[in-house]
Amino acid sequence: MTDTRTGRVRRARATVAAALAQAWHIARGVAGEHAYEIYLEHHARTHPGVPPMGEREFWRRHVDRGDTEPGSRCC
Amino acid sequence: MSSTNRTVEREAAPPPRWTPARIAVWAAVAVVGAAAWGVVALSRGEEISAAWLIFAALASYAIGYRFYARFISYRVLRVDDTRATPAERINNGTDFHPTDRRVLYGHHFAAIAGAGPLVGPVLAAQMGYLPGTLWIIIGVIFAGAVQDMVVLFFSMRRNGRSLGQMAREEIGPVGGVAALVAVLAIMIILLAVLAMVVVNALADSPWGSFSLIMTIPIALFMGCYLRYLRPGRVIETSLIGVVLLLAAIVAGGWVAADPFWSEVFLFTHNELTIGLVVYGFVASVLPVWLLLAPRDYLSTFMKVGVVALLAVSIIVSMPVLRLPAFTDFAFNGEGPVFAGALFPFVFITIACGALSGFHALISSGTTPKLIEKESQVRMIGYGSMLTESFVAVMALITACVIDPGVYFAMNMPAGALGDSVTSAAAAVNQLGFTVSPETLQSTADSIEESSVLARTGGAPTFALGAAQIFSSLFGGQAMMAFWYHFAVMFEALFILTTVDAGTRVGRFMLQDTLGNVYKPMRDITWKPGLYLTSALVVAGWGYFLWAGVNDPLGGINQLFPLFGIANQLLAAIALAVCTTLLIKSGRARYAWITLIPLVWDAVVTLTASYQKVFSTDPAIGFFAQRARYAEALAAGETSLGTAQTVEQMEKVVVNTTVDGVLSILFALLIIVVLADACRVWVKALRAGGSLPTSEEPYQRSTLWAPSGLIPTKEEREIAAARSGEGAAAS
Repeated sequence: MTDTRTGRVRRARATVAAALAQAWHIARGVAGEHAYEIYLEHHARTHPGVPPMGEREFWRRHVDRGDTEPGSRCC
Repeated sequence: MSSTNRTVEREAAPPPRWTPARIAVWAAVAVVGAAAWGVVALSRGEEISAAWLIFAALASYAIGYRFYARFISYRVLRVDDTRATPAERINNGTDFHPTDRRVLYGHHFAAIAGAGPLVGPVLAAQMGYLPGTLWIIIGVIFAGAVQDMVVLFFSMRRNGRSLGQMAREEIGPVGGVAALVAVLAIMIILLAVLAMVVVNALADSPWGSFSLIMTIPIALFMGCYLRYLRPGRVIETSLIGVVLLLAAIVAGGWVAADPFWSEVFLFTHNELTIGLVVYGFVASVLPVWLLLAPRDYLSTFMKVGVVALLAVSIIVSMPVLRLPAFTDFAFNGEGPVFAGALFPFVFITIACGALSGFHALISSGTTPKLIEKESQVRMIGYGSMLTESFVAVMALITACVIDPGVYFAMNMPAGALGDSVTSAAAAVNQLGFTVSPETLQSTADSIEESSVLARTGGAPTFALGAAQIFSSLFGGQAMMAFWYHFAVMFEALFILTTVDAGTRVGRFMLQDTLGNVYKPMRDITWKPGLYLTSALVVAGWGYFLWAGVNDPLGGINQLFPLFGIANQLLAAIALAVCTTLLIKSGRARYAWITLIPLVWDAVVTLTASYQKVFSTDPAIGFFAQRARYAEALAAGETSLGTAQTVEQMEKVVVNTTVDGVLSILFALLIIVVLADACRVWVKALRAGGSLPTSEEPYQRSTLWAPSGLIPTKEEREIAAARSGEGAAAS
């Protein structure tokens, strides 16, 4: 195999890998898995220096918000 | 982070330049679309491939999205990407957060699309495939998707205010109250109709009942798994749930084949009704994490998966449409599935998928608080609705690929069909469609059900059509029964999620309203209030469900038009709010964008209400029906039409009274909202064409993001430059 050819294969592989990574990122977003990361980012920005909630604690509160705020679902 | 420090230069994306390649592509789309429409609309007498419907739909959507939606967003709404959205300004880490447009598109689609687009088109297929197809595609491009996008835009400019709040602030207190009543009424009717779909699909079906009941322990397991074992691992948990769900469907087959267990899971209509009412109450008072949240993940997963699977299967297998373009019922109004002629009843039967007022609640709920850039309203508002419309087209196809005789035998009220396949075949032949008793029995055998007769409500028909399409690709005849129950379960799962979530939404609204009278009610953690309001909401839809299931005239036949009218009433409110805002903000010359759909919607809904109230044809008019049965009772008769006993006749009298009064209420609400909106329009036009609105003041954005699904070449260059700059700065 020539150098240019291996280079092309490597580039194609990298493109496919990047596309898959992006698809996974979007799927996680749609499922709502980013919530903790969003919280951490927000917390670091608004309360620098204060330790954030642990992951388990965060998810518990996150889901329990649904008890007081109805989400809307359609027909 | 640092890449967000530079301000945005452009206000709106410049229209892409017309290169020869672009012109060629769009010309090709137009030609394919026109050819497909030609085949769909003009073929008579011969069966056409479903592919033409798909091509006509996709080409029309592409043109609508590229040209009309673009015109609306840049010329009419004047989206401004230099203006910070509420997500950017407020960004509180929870409900306001700039969200990737593709993620938000998924969220929004999952929130708007439920069982609705699968039910309406199946029922409307009794008039042939063409009326439904035309309305789904034209309706979405000019009405439904426009409503969703414009509501989303105006709500986004107002920090995500709800439709009710906007109606109150922009039209007046009367409009606000009408919106509140409409939302509560539609919720009750919607839940009753959807629950009835489940009852009709699962009655006398041990396989279906078993699989659906199994979803409860599956959801409970998922809830505990997410809570205690793997918090936040939603995809992993959903995948486990889907595997368990498939296992439950397979196990359902064994249950149905076993003489003992098939008895245990054999339920009558009334048993299922009671079960659903009890389930609805218990589910809505349990904590969200235990049942609703996991069930919601599961149904979203299934929704996206099945829609994708169906699209691929239809495109690969290209089934033939066996229903004609038009049946006689389109014109004579004597259809057995629902009564009334094409105009106006197709337009209220198919709401979700063409124009659905319910969506305005989502477009003015969570979505506007998450949007990253103003120009993305086109992709998220308009684009999601186009996708739902495509789901509706696929549902219509599933109804049209099955034998028309079987279609009618499944969708006629039980009273009209008699008890045996022989009487049912005779009843269908009376309608002018031929079907043999053997075909009806062999269809039931192929899906391993005892009978397919009077399986009204759309879900079983959709499931049968989908099973035919799936099994033509995967597994053949041997897999028919599996795919049928897979599709039934898929739809029933959605509906149970809606029943749970809808009861909760209704309960919150009721708690809020009753809180005005008695303070503690408003405290949503106060248990007695919680139980009382949940019970009231469940009792509301439970009443209609019970009455519908036992209605001698057929519950779907009687209640579905009411659901359609209620949904289109909500659309009228949403479109009136949009038109009011366009006029008040000095854009009266573009107000036709929402005014034309509003006028159409009002004409359709009011005509339908008028016929339902005043028609002298007892098949259509509720009061004509009532009078007929009341007179017969007074004359001492003991049976009339499909009502075989005095008791049943009395039921008809009660049901038609309730339904008729509701029709009047809905019609009055529309008239009140329209009159109140007109008052505001005149006031605004007299004031020189503009009035102050509650729009949030301009604040400059520091974020940047592409507008559409796929970034343009120019956008990719900006993205690369900004990330390079960000890397250099940090």
